[in-house]
Amino acid sequence: MKGIIGKKVGMTQIFDDKGNVIPATIIEAGPCYVTQVRTADRDGYVAVQMGYSETNPKRLTQGQLGHLRRNNLPALRHLREFRLRGDDLSVEEGAEIKVDVFEKGERVDVIGISKGRGFAGTIKRHGFHRQPKTHGQSDRERAPGAVGMCATPGRTLPGKKMAGRMGNERVTIKNLEVVVVDAERNLLAVRGSVPGAKNGLVMIKPARH
Amino acid sequence: MSHDIMQVFEAEDRGFPAIAVGDTVRVHVRIVEGNKERVQVVQGVIIRHHGGGNDEAFTVRRIASHGIGVERTFLMRSPRIEKIEITRRSKVRRAQLYYLRQRRGKSARLKERR
Repeated sequence: MKGIIGKKVGMTQIFDDKGNVIPATIIEAGPCYVTQVRTADRDGYVAVQMGYSETNPKRLTQGQLGHLRRNNLPALRHLREFRLRGDDLSVEEGAEIKVDVFEKGERVDVIGISKGRGFAGTIKRHGFHRQPKTHGQSDRERAPGAVGMCATPGRTLPGKKMAGRMGNERVTIKNLEVVVVDAERNLLAVRGSVPGAKNGLVMIKPARH
Repeated sequence: MSHDIMQVFEAEDRGFPAIAVGDTVRVHVRIVEGNKERVQVVQGVIIRHHGGGNDEAFTVRRIASHGIGVERTFLMRSPRIEKIEITRRSKVRRAQLYYLRQRRGKSARLKERR
């Protein structure tokens, strides 16, 4: 079982040994602890629950502390589950997981919460085109255009792309290459960008192929 | 805090001289052709210098054959840069010398700084 929880630190460019520039996102990940193993018999599905980021025990409820205390774990701020495919239960509750479960060159999927864009129009949210600025047009540059037909059906169809809340949702970026693994400092660098703002929580797991 | 972490990934500062806009420089760049490697020298005026850390970069403008201007941007921390020599420093009053693109010959000269 491989996977880790971390925090996005920011982006930079890294030089490889040939002198090529790699756009990289730095993630501070782990140490994580396995807080619970979900089994098919007991829970109906197979997953590993992991905790990240030690915090003051006073910040957690007694229920949360009790859950962690079962395996003598410190107070952990975040708990996340990683679903397992097959029956690969090669982890024990209480185990510590560090970034060295990944190695350089490996492909990973990164899950995070995207930056919230608030109430966004159709151009930003769905990639609509602008309307003409001139030729007699006025005040319609960023308008969505027609939203339906005529007397039949006489209504706007459900699911029509319109303006609304955008971002602040779970996003997975697939197949990112691991560029640096620094187990000493608990750091990971992946090629490319990762969803969310700096200091946002991200989950990293092996790419699915 | 996160700033400290970013510094871990910073490429080493290789002690190149402090360049400035308006300097005439000779940049020695390593070039890989097939499986051979050689060093090419680009000589020209720095018309732009920006960024810090791993992102620090500068643009060198040189006049190639037939009076055609060629600009090339280098990353300061790139391992492909072997050496940077400053041959002349000039007095300039702007941060980007884009106006040199419209000039040629005598009017494209810069006054030397002493």
